[in-house]
Amino acid sequence: MALEVGIQKKLADFTLDVTFRASEAPLSILGASGAGKTMLLRCLAGIESPGHGRIVLNDRVLFDSEKRIATPARDRRVGMLFQNYALFPHRTVAENLAFGIERDDRVSRDGKVASLIARMHLGGLESRYPKELSGGEQQRVALGRALAIEPEALLLDEPLAALDTHLRSQVEMQLQETFAAYRRPTLLVTHNIEEAYRLGEDLLVLSRGKVVAFGAKEEIFRKPPSVEVARLTGCKNISRARLDSDGMVEALDWGCRLRVAQTTAKPAKFVGIRAHHIDFAVPAEARAPNENVFPCRLSESSETPFRITLFLTLDSRTDTANQDPLQAEVFKEKWQRFRNAPFPWHVRLAPESLFLMHD
Amino acid sequence: MDLSPLWISLATSVTATALTLVIGLAAASWRERRTGLVAALIDGIFLLPLVLPPTVVGFFLLLLFGRNGPVGKFLLQFGATVVFSWPATVIAATVVAFPLMYLTARAALEQVDPHVLQAARTLGASEWRVFRKIALPLAWPGILAGTILSFARALGEFGATLMIAGNIPGRTETIPIAIYFAVEADEIRRALAWCGVDVAISLVLLAALYLWTRPHGPFRARWGYR
Repeated sequence: MALEVGIQKKLADFTLDVTFRASEAPLSILGASGAGKTMLLRCLAGIESPGHGRIVLNDRVLFDSEKRIATPARDRRVGMLFQNYALFPHRTVAENLAFGIERDDRVSRDGKVASLIARMHLGGLESRYPKELSGGEQQRVALGRALAIEPEALLLDEPLAALDTHLRSQVEMQLQETFAAYRRPTLLVTHNIEEAYRLGEDLLVLSRGKVVAFGAKEEIFRKPPSVEVARLTGCKNISRARLDSDGMVEALDWGCRLRVAQTTAKPAKFVGIRAHHIDFAVPAEARAPNENVFPCRLSESSETPFRITLFLTLDSRTDTANQDPLQAEVFKEKWQRFRNAPFPWHVRLAPESLFLMHD
Repeated sequence: MDLSPLWISLATSVTATALTLVIGLAAASWRERRTGLVAALIDGIFLLPLVLPPTVVGFFLLLLFGRNGPVGKFLLQFGATVVFSWPATVIAATVVAFPLMYLTARAALEQVDPHVLQAARTLGASEWRVFRKIALPLAWPGILAGTILSFARALGEFGATLMIAGNIPGRTETIPIAIYFAVEADEIRRALAWCGVDVAISLVLLAALYLWTRPHGPFRARWGYR
């Protein structure tokens, strides 16, 4: 079970140029809006033609520009979940589910629809029309409809984007359940970092049509290969860096010298740390010799219901103009414990949380 | 009073409407896949009968279907003459009503969410099945409105019909033509009676059109579709 993709397609202001291989593990495709994510899925489903390249699904060539092969969408057996679900508004839930299997005989078709109704938790809604369903229900119908044809690959375009926030975690669990049972190439497009991480096992980061990172998600989040990937995966703190002769890394934009656990093959030019990895050291601990602990002051803060983002300036700074504040994200409970403590506070940038980047 | 113009008019309009429905739908879905200059040119040709005076349309049809016209010559091989026969009234009404059908059908088909059609394709449906099972039902309210308009236009057709079908009582004399010749012959009461019939039919059709296309009409309420 594998989907092999290597395609190039000219778009209005960049070229979509993507090569990857997906097997049973769900693959999240992360990228900003307009990075070419949806276009990639449309090319795979056969709705758009890539122009150049090759798409092979389980040894079946779906597209090959050199051999002039372009299997039409209807023969690809690739299920697609559209962002707006694209349900047939004039057909009931049962009729939507049955659309792809209407050539089956009645008994087998009814059996499949009944099993999809059960699997997608749509009991009692069989004769409703799409407009009479909630967003979550509509999505389950769309997913069930795509699965009805037993597709050899499943493509999901922003599956959670159209849902209310309070529905998302529930729908996410449903999706994970579906993926676990499906175990065929599954591609999921999203611009939401957390969604990409939770739903995919592997991760592909797309930027202006190019693959800027592809691999196991933990690895990419732990050690982003470039500044761009670090930013796209939500890293808030990136500083220009200089490697000193003693092996320490000088963070030029933060104004501190750091010990970094990671080593890189290419010379490190940037150093980064995720906002939630920044730790606060209690003053007693800070006074003892401790690596990567720096006195700092709060310059600004921004709150969400359960967390707070603190913008911190290190006291050690020499030039005031060129300094980026460090962003630390902490749970409010934790913040309550030190919010009234006198400045300077002490931040700890753990060596194992820091990562180096070349470009 | 001889009721034959009523039956001729109804038979002509029903036949012409059925023809425009098929041809108009085919033309609209064919044109939907074209863009640019080709599309503009196709649109121009298809819409010409709407803006040209019916006498001009009738004259062209006469040239085309007459004994020396290309189509007329071809039909003559099978011993058929179209001009000044009942089928000529159908041809005239069809050509004149076609642009209305084409315009409304195209607008209705363009309103259908392309994602829904694409979804149908990924589910294995052929183009014909996508059209018949998805595009057509979703565009149906608009297409039906086009059908009613086409029928009304076919019923009112006069100029082109007179040019190509003439006025043969009992064969090509439709209501509008009967009215014209009644006035010519100073039979004002007869003219008035036929005018009344025409107004009544048209009024019923237009009322039906309104009832059908209003926001809470038959289909829309349940599907909630646009």
